[in-house]
Amino acid sequence: MSKTNTHEILQSAAFKKLVKNRWNVSLSFTFIMLFVYIGFLLFVAYDKETLKMPIGDSLNLAIVVGLGIILFSWLITGVYVYWANNYYDEAVKEIKKELI
Amino acid sequence: MSLNLLLQISPEVTPSTLGTANPVSIAIFFVFVAVTLYITYWAAKKTKTGSEFYAAGRNISGFQNGLALAGDYMSAASFLGIAGMVATMGYDGLIYSIGFLVGWPLIMFLVAEPLRNLGKYTFADVVAFRLKQRPIRIAAAAGSLMTISFYLIAQMVGAGSLIKTLFGLDYEIAVIVVGIVMTSYVLFGGMLATTWVQIIKAVLLLSGATILVLLAMAKFNFSPGELFQSVKSQYGENMLAPGGFITNPFDALSLGLALMLGTAGLPHILMRFYTVPDDKAARKSVFVATGFIGYFYVLTFFIGFAALALVGKDAILSLDKGGNMAALLLAENTGGSAFLGFIASVAFATILAVVAGLTLSGASTISHDLYVHVVKRGVSDEKGEMKVAKRATIFLGVLAVALGLMFKGQNVAFMVGLAFSIAASANFPALLMSIIWKGFTTKGAVWCMITGASLALILIVLSPTVMVDIMGNSEAIFPLKNPTIVSMTLAFVVGIVVSLLQPEKEAADLFESEKLRTYLGHGSEK
Repeated sequence: MSKTNTHEILQSAAFKKLVKNRWNVSLSFTFIMLFVYIGFLLFVAYDKETLKMPIGDSLNLAIVVGLGIILFSWLITGVYVYWANNYYDEAVKEIKKELI
Repeated sequence: MSLNLLLQISPEVTPSTLGTANPVSIAIFFVFVAVTLYITYWAAKKTKTGSEFYAAGRNISGFQNGLALAGDYMSAASFLGIAGMVATMGYDGLIYSIGFLVGWPLIMFLVAEPLRNLGKYTFADVVAFRLKQRPIRIAAAAGSLMTISFYLIAQMVGAGSLIKTLFGLDYEIAVIVVGIVMTSYVLFGGMLATTWVQIIKAVLLLSGATILVLLAMAKFNFSPGELFQSVKSQYGENMLAPGGFITNPFDALSLGLALMLGTAGLPHILMRFYTVPDDKAARKSVFVATGFIGYFYVLTFFIGFAALALVGKDAILSLDKGGNMAALLLAENTGGSAFLGFIASVAFATILAVVAGLTLSGASTISHDLYVHVVKRGVSDEKGEMKVAKRATIFLGVLAVALGLMFKGQNVAFMVGLAFSIAASANFPALLMSIIWKGFTTKGAVWCMITGASLALILIVLSPTVMVDIMGNSEAIFPLKNPTIVSMTLAFVVGIVVSLLQPEKEAADLFESEKLRTYLGHGSEK
């Protein structure tokens, strides 16, 4: 790989878009996760009564929200993997073609 | 290790068979040690080079690494401790365990792939990639070794007391046995043996906890509703909702940030991303790990409530005032002493696996970061490096045993929080900024890590956690129980300000060329 080639890749619109998309997705997902978790902590700190609200016969909002966050944390990593495998990796493949 | 060592029965009389030599646990434990030592023997033949010792030749699959990450992360403390917390404090135990889980998605979004693409053996590889090697390596090694040491003390002391309660074995003997077995894994089998120990342990722990939940739920006709109903009728509905765990939102936020972002700065977790072939496998392993760890915390939630409903709060607290024996009492209640033996040996295996992972990561910090990049200024021969790595392993094994003996009977629970706090305040900010910020400089990184580590350490000593709970003062100088919200924020601020005050042109230029490696994996370690 020659020096100019490296430079061309780094300056190419495709590569710039790749990096930009990657951080748009990553940082949005990070903020969603922070929002969900910090939101949960503040909810618990400021409004314990609402969390006692019964759901169905024997569940309450607190249990549903708590277990829901565990499920959500796993699912959001799944969504990221799906995006990365299908979109990010494809874009990388296209750019690498030019690199070699 | 001879059998009669294991048969020394503790004199305390307990209402359950806990604390006596249980033949099933001794048998299962021996099988576990025999199998894992055999794996170590097999791995030793494949562990010659540095890449094999530190990173299992980068041949671990994404799924295997996911299980091993879960194995590294699910300590006996979280199995017994969180189940115990739910059994004694109810819903609050779940809030705590959620904090340990939510860091994993952030590892995925922010660090896993760049770490795999840029680094070689330690997370300091990534921070030092375009900065000046020696100052970065020294500061990062200090942060890593502090994190590892505090984590190790908590695990060793926990191991000693747990094994004493489970097997009736003397505390000192338990600590020494753990030290010898885990040092053998790392010393002879390197990362390959350590990875398989983690995988076996994760499978044992997940299946043991699953069986425990199934046995317990059978008593409630497999209906969670009936379980919660039973808890509610015996202990009131407040058990099923948040209680006193979060009163001061700043305290909660500070602990939450430590658990969340500290996970993304734990050296022994970060090191595991070098064991897979590429960034694609790295991301798969986070997905697998998050799934298993999340499932595990759901299990501990049910174990805690089932123990509360079936064994009862008084019986649990009479054995251990932290509630740590809840899962074991539930095992005895639902499956008899044979099943108790099985769960007890799983807990023992869990400790061995976690300390092995910590020791390997400490050894790589000493040999790769300090010896090769500081003492030898980056010019290493592999033979010399391996020799240092092996000596460091023995040193850390001896140190772990010594610390375990030294801190016997001390309240070390806060040290896990401290380890996470240092990881979140020193390791994570430097790692993140080196990946995403072009303007990050050597000085900025060094001051960021020094600020984070020292503030975390100083503030915890001045916090109610140490000043009130341990030293017995009536008030603490620093108001929060966990310092992370202050120490991490200031670490970021100092890192940014110092970098802006004195830009480093070379580092900024290298940032552009490192992008090929960060985003395309071009030139990554194979």
